Order: sequence, then structure tokens, then C-alpha cells
Amino acid sequence: MINHVLGYVFIIIGLCFDFFGCLGLVRLPDVYNRLQAATKCVTLGTCGILFGLFLYYGFSSIGFKCLLTMFFVLLTAPVSAHALSRAAHKSGVKLCDKSICDEYES
Amino acid sequence: MKVIKYIVFLCIFVCLIILNLVIKMDLLLRLLNTLIICIILCLYRIAAGPTAADRAVGVDILGVLVVGSCAFLTLITKKDFFIDIAVAWALQSFIGTIALAKYLEGRHLDD
Repeated sequence: MINHVLGYVFIIIGLCFDFFGCLGLVRLPDVYNRLQAATKCVTLGTCGILFGLFLYYGFSSIGFKCLLTMFFVLLTAPVSAHALSRAAHKSGVKLCDKSICDEYES
Repeated sequence: MKVIKYIVFLCIFVCLIILNLVIKMDLLLRLLNTLIICIILCLYRIAAGPTAADRAVGVDILGVLVVGSCAFLTLITKKDFFIDIAVAWALQSFIGTIALAKYLEGRHLDD
């Protein structure tokens, strides 16, 4: 019974992170700001949902698949975010007006 | 453009109020409504992004959200093939995002 309650708690925390990440994806002014907010929040939210499912199902086949997917998402989401921001900077997207300095300029 | 933006946001909040406060349904389906609203916000960013990099960011975030919602559908429907779809979608989304980044950078795909 306690693992069901803990699983629901982790799922609701993950859904809150998902919602605020998507709100940042809509509201922020720049490509880099949107990428930073959305990638961090949505990765943590999806990992929260998967960890809640792992706590709900225990050590069964569905639980191990959830753990595998969580490990893979944690490993690949920062890599793809870094590749996208590098490609956006090389393709000439400007920073927003309130930015102070650009360290990557070469 | 600004009128379309306000109409989209008004529709999203009306849907949120109707789905979560008026209609009576289970707790799990109400939690799934939050994920559907997140996916609608992502689709707005894909439709209205000013540059191509914005749309690539939207597609990347949409892939991670679909992985989460497929895993959540496992809990609702008690069918265990949705988690297999989630594993496969995570792999495909990573490779697709890397290919989009290489295309934006101006290089060939086999570089």
C-alpha cells in the first residue's frame, strides 16, 4: 500500500515540473532561454513519472523497463539540448535584447 | 499574430476548467489532462516559433513529453505494451533530434 502512495506522490511532482517547463517554453523571450527552461524541467518531470511507476510496480518487468527508460532519458536529453543550442548559435540566431554577454562568440 | 496567441491561450484555459472542474472523472484521467495541456502548449510553440531552431526545440520537448504520457497510459489501462512504446520512442527521439541539429548547422548527415 505504501508503494502505491509514494508512486502517486512522485507522479504528481513530475506532472508539476512538466507543466511549469512547458509554461517556460511558451513564455520566455529567446531560443536559448526556452531550451534551458524546457529541457531541464521536462527531463526531471518525465523522470519523476517513470520513477513513480517503478515504485508502483516494484521489481517486475514493467518496473525494470521504467528504470531503463529513465536512465536513457537522463543520459540523452542534455546531449540533444547541447547539440541544438550549438546548431542554433552556428546558424545565426540572435540573443534577445536583455542579454549581457555572449561567451561562445568566436 | 497576437490575437491568435490570446485565442489559443483562452481555449487552453477554458478546456482546463471544463475538464478538471465540471466533468466528473477519475483522478488518473484528470492527471492525464495536465499532460495533454502540456502537449498543446508545445504544439503552439512548434506552430508559432519565429525561427527554425524554435521548432526544433519544440519537437525535442514533445518527444520527451510523449515518453512520459506513454508511461502514464500504462498505469491507466493496465496494458503493458505502452511501456515498450515508450522505450522505443525515447531511442527514436534522440536520433531524430541529433539529425535535426546537424541539418540546422549546415553539415551533411554522414559527416
